[in-house]
Amino acid sequence: MTDEQALRPQNSALPLSALRAGEAGTITEISGGRHLRSRMLTLGLTPGAGVTVLQNYGHGPLIVRVRDTRVALGRGEASNVLVRREK
Amino acid sequence: MSACHSIRETVTLPPLQERPIRVALAGQPNVGKSTLFNLLTGLHQYVGNWPGKTVERKEGHFTFNGASYRLVDLPGTYSLTANSPEELIAREFILRERPDVVVAVVDAATLERSLYLVAELLPLPVPVVVALNMMDVARQEGIQVEPEVLQAALGVPVVPMSATRGAGVPELLETVERVARGAFPYAPRLPQIRPDHREVLETIGERIAGYVPEPYPRDWVALKLLEGDVEVTRMMRAALPPERWEEVHAVLRAHDDALVAVASGRYEWIGRMVRAAVTRPRVGQIGLTERLDRWATHPVWGLAILAGILGLVFWLTYTVGAPVQELLETYMVGALAEAVRSWLSGAPAWLSGFLADGVIGGVGAVLTFLPILVIFFAALAFLEDVGYMARAAYVMDGLMHLIGLHGKSFLPLFLGFGCNVPAILGTRVIDSRRARLLTILLAPLVPCTARMAVIVFLAPAFFGPAAPLVAWGLVLLSLGVLAFTGIMLNRALFRDRRSAFIMELPLYHLPNWRTIGLSVWQRSLSFVRRAGTVILVVSVVIWALSTLPGGSAEESYLTRLGEFLEPAGRLMGLDWRLTVALLSSFVAKENSIATLGVLFRAGEEGLADLLAATYPPATALAFLVVQVLFIPCVATVAAIRQETVSWRWTAFSVGLLLVISLLAGAATFHATSLLMQ
Repeated sequence: MTDEQALRPQNSALPLSALRAGEAGTITEISGGRHLRSRMLTLGLTPGAGVTVLQNYGHGPLIVRVRDTRVALGRGEASNVLVRREK
Repeated sequence: MSACHSIRETVTLPPLQERPIRVALAGQPNVGKSTLFNLLTGLHQYVGNWPGKTVERKEGHFTFNGASYRLVDLPGTYSLTANSPEELIAREFILRERPDVVVAVVDAATLERSLYLVAELLPLPVPVVVALNMMDVARQEGIQVEPEVLQAALGVPVVPMSATRGAGVPELLETVERVARGAFPYAPRLPQIRPDHREVLETIGERIAGYVPEPYPRDWVALKLLEGDVEVTRMMRAALPPERWEEVHAVLRAHDDALVAVASGRYEWIGRMVRAAVTRPRVGQIGLTERLDRWATHPVWGLAILAGILGLVFWLTYTVGAPVQELLETYMVGALAEAVRSWLSGAPAWLSGFLADGVIGGVGAVLTFLPILVIFFAALAFLEDVGYMARAAYVMDGLMHLIGLHGKSFLPLFLGFGCNVPAILGTRVIDSRRARLLTILLAPLVPCTARMAVIVFLAPAFFGPAAPLVAWGLVLLSLGVLAFTGIMLNRALFRDRRSAFIMELPLYHLPNWRTIGLSVWQRSLSFVRRAGTVILVVSVVIWALSTLPGGSAEESYLTRLGEFLEPAGRLMGLDWRLTVALLSSFVAKENSIATLGVLFRAGEEGLADLLAATYPPATALAFLVVQVLFIPCVATVAAIRQETVSWRWTAFSVGLLLVISLLAGAATFHATSLLMQ
């Protein structure tokens, strides 16, 4: 964990909802109320986990793949997940 | 599979224990838990509610290898943190009832996510057996899981199986029995909190030592406090002396992010297990689910597909359900009532009336609901089982937002167009209690077929060629009222707290007919048992009110009540006859026409013209508006009571609709009267 933090590139974090369909990223932070955070964490959206956006039309909810599971989440909820874009 | 239930072998072995082995079945949603439960218990299962909750409780029994088992199906939950009543129920059951074994069903195809619940189950003081389900699906997806490796890594027994094919079930039960009898060396390797929070966890543990109420383990309570678990926090605030609580609370406040550390710790532990036991599939292969979802979750095609599926459900209802309903009505209910009447021809008139109209009428109302209910239940269970339901919720999410709900409320509300009863029973798919309650309160505002029947009968008589426009306007009106009420209730009762929209889109798979069949059977049975009695009683009471004391409708208590209520009716331009017709629609919506027929002494053909000649358009329109928004029929009210488990919410719902319909009726009458002048 500490190594990873030290090695963190200068690539700034952006909300998950900013990734386009097909793009992947690594979760850096989960924010929001306790209840929302708890539910997202439970479904596997934890810091360090890789996510791939499967569907994002720029409005409405999106679909992501995390830990081999497809998860649908509202745009508001997705903006509480900060990611570092891969590539 | 017959070996799994109801086989009582005449074994001469002495019973090892005097009581059945108590097993709790735990698992996340979509891991095949219900399939396993149905496989083991068959028809030996009882469905009820958990005490004081609206969550379904399933329990069953079976014998295997001479041992008898009692199996409790815990609600499907992703975790055991008190985020929902289901999660609370599951963990309270394990901690308080202390079953002999918890069988944790996990999905081999999504092992990483589904082991999360196991990570929460292992620290509880009951041994866990992991049922590694869907081995066949995993193999198809190219995922290779080695059960022995997983077992060694976890330190608890792991049994590979496939509930849909019935494979591995005897082995699972043998393992459960060995663990229950303590014949299995049980040494689970527990997940740890992320290292940077280990110290805090210890501090909390020390601070609460000696104050933790039975039956909760101290370390578990400390962990749940760090996770910010609402229930455990409330419990410990009450249990600790104030100064001590302040101390603990200060530590917790300083570590608001601890829940991330706890969850990360669990996933880190899972990662080690999965790395050991799973061979990854080839990357880049696109599965069936992803291909189907390109259409099913598309913002345009997804809606079109949903509309098509719903159209199909309604087509089924009308082509299969309605005729069967009519057959039941004529040949069973009608014939039975006739038979009773002729059999009791010598008996006093009130007795044959009571039995033929009151009791059989009531039973008939319940019975004739069934064909439509069965079709809706089957459609719901099918869509749920194949995995489509989550997609429907997903594509409807945007529109449902507008009225303070999210996607999952759409399907139940839509079912309301057929009949409000399955709409209310169908709200079980909604996971948050708040959203569920709001959906139940709104469902009666969806105009059902019976209400539409009244409109279709009366509108042409009153409005001639403008009738379709009026009917269409009435539907739009009720949907508008529904949306407005939704927004208002959401503001007033729930203070705009919309529960988060986040859910799993499970893999599509072939339907399991046994699961669907049992679901339809259990839900229909539960409706007949619980709603049935209420409907029967009310139907007898209404019958009594409409015939007593004289035996004719014109002099009955119901008529007197109508006359008594006429001043209220006047506000909407209704006379006592229309008021009585409204009251009688409480038994069944289509009754209002029959009642008017009795009061006007006219058959259905003459009635329409007679009504058109009697009432001005303003009254007619007001009556239709009230009729479409009025309190739902008794079956719906019974369903509301059954699903909310609260007479208060039931009364609130009835009162709300009463107020809405009367206000809308009065407004319509006066506005139309003004316009006509």
